[in-house]
Amino acid sequence: MAEPTKDSKVSKAAEFSKAEEPLVATPNVSEVETVDAASETEAVAAIEAPVERGEPILQVRNLVKHFPLTQGILIKKQVGAVKAVDGISFDLYQGETLGIVGESGCGKSTVAKLLMTLERATAGEVFYKGQDITKLSGRALKAVRRNIQMVFQDPYTSLNPRMTVGDIIGEPFEIHPEVAPKGSRRQKVQELLDVVGLNPEYINRYPHQFSGGQRQRIGIARGLALNPEIIICDEPVSALDVSVQAQVINLMGKLQDEFNLSYLFIAHDLSIVRHISDRVGVMYLGKMAEIGSDEQIYDHPTHPYTQALLSAVPVPDPEAREGRERIILTGDVPSPANPPSGCRFRTRCWKAEDKCAQEVPLLAVPERFVGQDTPAAHESACHFAEEKDVVHAA
Amino acid sequence: MTIIDKTAFVPEPRSGGDDSTTLLEVRDLHVEFHTRDGVVKAVNGVNYSVEAGETLAVLGESGSGKSVTAQAVMGILDMPPGKIPQGEILFRGQDMLKMSNEERRKIRGRKVAMIFQDALSSLNPVLSVGYQLAEMFRVHEGMGRKQAKAKAIELMDKVKIPAAKERVNDYPHQFSGGMRQRIMIAMALALEPDLIIADEPTTALDVTVQAQVMDLLAELQREYNMGLILITHDLGVVADVADKIAVMYAGRIVETAPVHELYKRPAHPYTRGLLDSIPRLDQKGQELYAIKGLPPNLLKIPGGCAFNPRCPKAQDICRTEIPALVPVTEQDGAELPGRGSACHFWKETIHG
Repeated sequence: MAEPTKDSKVSKAAEFSKAEEPLVATPNVSEVETVDAASETEAVAAIEAPVERGEPILQVRNLVKHFPLTQGILIKKQVGAVKAVDGISFDLYQGETLGIVGESGCGKSTVAKLLMTLERATAGEVFYKGQDITKLSGRALKAVRRNIQMVFQDPYTSLNPRMTVGDIIGEPFEIHPEVAPKGSRRQKVQELLDVVGLNPEYINRYPHQFSGGQRQRIGIARGLALNPEIIICDEPVSALDVSVQAQVINLMGKLQDEFNLSYLFIAHDLSIVRHISDRVGVMYLGKMAEIGSDEQIYDHPTHPYTQALLSAVPVPDPEAREGRERIILTGDVPSPANPPSGCRFRTRCWKAEDKCAQEVPLLAVPERFVGQDTPAAHESACHFAEEKDVVHAA
Repeated sequence: MTIIDKTAFVPEPRSGGDDSTTLLEVRDLHVEFHTRDGVVKAVNGVNYSVEAGETLAVLGESGSGKSVTAQAVMGILDMPPGKIPQGEILFRGQDMLKMSNEERRKIRGRKVAMIFQDALSSLNPVLSVGYQLAEMFRVHEGMGRKQAKAKAIELMDKVKIPAAKERVNDYPHQFSGGMRQRIMIAMALALEPDLIIADEPTTALDVTVQAQVMDLLAELQREYNMGLILITHDLGVVADVADKIAVMYAGRIVETAPVHELYKRPAHPYTRGLLDSIPRLDQKGQELYAIKGLPPNLLKIPGGCAFNPRCPKAQDICRTEIPALVPVTEQDGAELPGRGSACHFWKETIHG
């Protein structure tokens, strides 16, 4: 690939970002009922209030995260931005599992960090029970953080090797002592170990004494410690062996029923996402390409990227390999610092026309399917959305 | 640009081949590592063979010995601590373990080449990719710098790296993951070897890129009529490309079978467990089947069948007697070519 020099690339990026503003809202998401909390106490009360099953618990609107690219050592001048997340909107309902899939670099992990308020969003809102958590601070933010917990990808690096399991799982109680008073902590940790299927007597062991699957159980126990309502799982099983993956997936399903949790499940393994998710969102280069129920996405995908992604997944059935149609995309994902104009997928898309370079497609039910009662009528950000059955066998 | 390809991965009919000797045959290979904690028995009597143009998939979890076997074949095991107490690795009928280092060097790279899993850490970050590719020609063929570089560009074209001429002097970090893996493939292909060992070649890649890379590998294999040993834990990839499969567990092959047979009728409880733990459409919302327990510690492999603590069918005999890899037959005794199972109860597993 002959690439232009860095400078011209960056100035181009700046132009694009100007041209694309203002970001268009997704037309199809539900209304946000905001809560106007006058004081911090009211805000905390609103956060602690329960949500009915099936009601939206987390509403993300036009979320944007740009990481600045700077030049110069002393005087840092911003010369561009990596547009990791560029205006995505979705709802997470109470008690459901929303799967997010996409290739590496598409911004799915950045979304997780933004929802955890580990990163500050450049623009956009995240409403947790009607409160915009990007603007909260103090006690209210602390209460939100207690209710949104995370399970990380790599169980080998996300546990401190110098702390015992008891200390690791009990650490959240130091910050939120109201959940477990000092005297009962040890017992609480042992209960948690029991819940995730580990022997409570292992409380004094260190992480290196456990296998990968057991460590991921420890990570899950830590996530559960504060009785959260939402757990964000960032590739929770991709570092595990096949035979152990199923154990952890089963455990997560069991815990969801037991503790009434909502999951945001980020992964790149499409078959596991399908198994665990109620709804699935497909991300490409910082944007949501398509979102819908698992059946709508897997059996009736309308976005060419989703179709290509699904057709590329190897099917564990040798009978299927002869007749199977595979869409093999050429090239790599473009750099998020300099995304293509218009539709971001157009550089790799076989349907791309001039319109795709000029107009950013909205994430909406495609016009041709509006009002129809077909599973193809779900939100898809493509000008030429059409149904294509790519995974008949699976 | 996108290619919609309906026929990818369909293996060509195999031609007879001029020499009748097997390309590679591993016989009763044992590998152990002597560590401070004791002897780790990583490979305990592995047998497999590959013919020219054939793809053998070695399937197993981490710690099953699949990569160690490959390293022993390549002759790149760290010895010590590694040790090969017994076994034979026959390449075209000659035992590579009995060869001198000089002789092995001549085979390594030229006849048998390897593609490693993690392209970023397998490429030298301070040398340009062109230099690293050309090294094969300079060292093995004694070519001059210029000529070797021209060859390197040719290779990069071959693995479909766009603008190869301009990119030949770029460094590994300037390439994306898929492109790096292509360079690894190019390097393995440089001297047109007879056999390629691919150790999890696509594990670190995204599915769309994985499809590109596997496609390329299959195409090149057909072109050169190479033997391919594909080491992986991905049952999907195996179903797509393999001709025959060897399933490994705790350093032993527990089942061998042609690809269609294995998926249809597994003859070992471990294989069956692996296949059952793949999420399937009709099981949505239910519990996934999970093999209980953990893979064994190779310092103390359980007595008898190594799978017995996790096996739903285990009986007393499984705890005392190591099952041999025996040929699997139909119920009426008809032979099933290429099938074998190391289970005392293979009959019950496959037929009932």
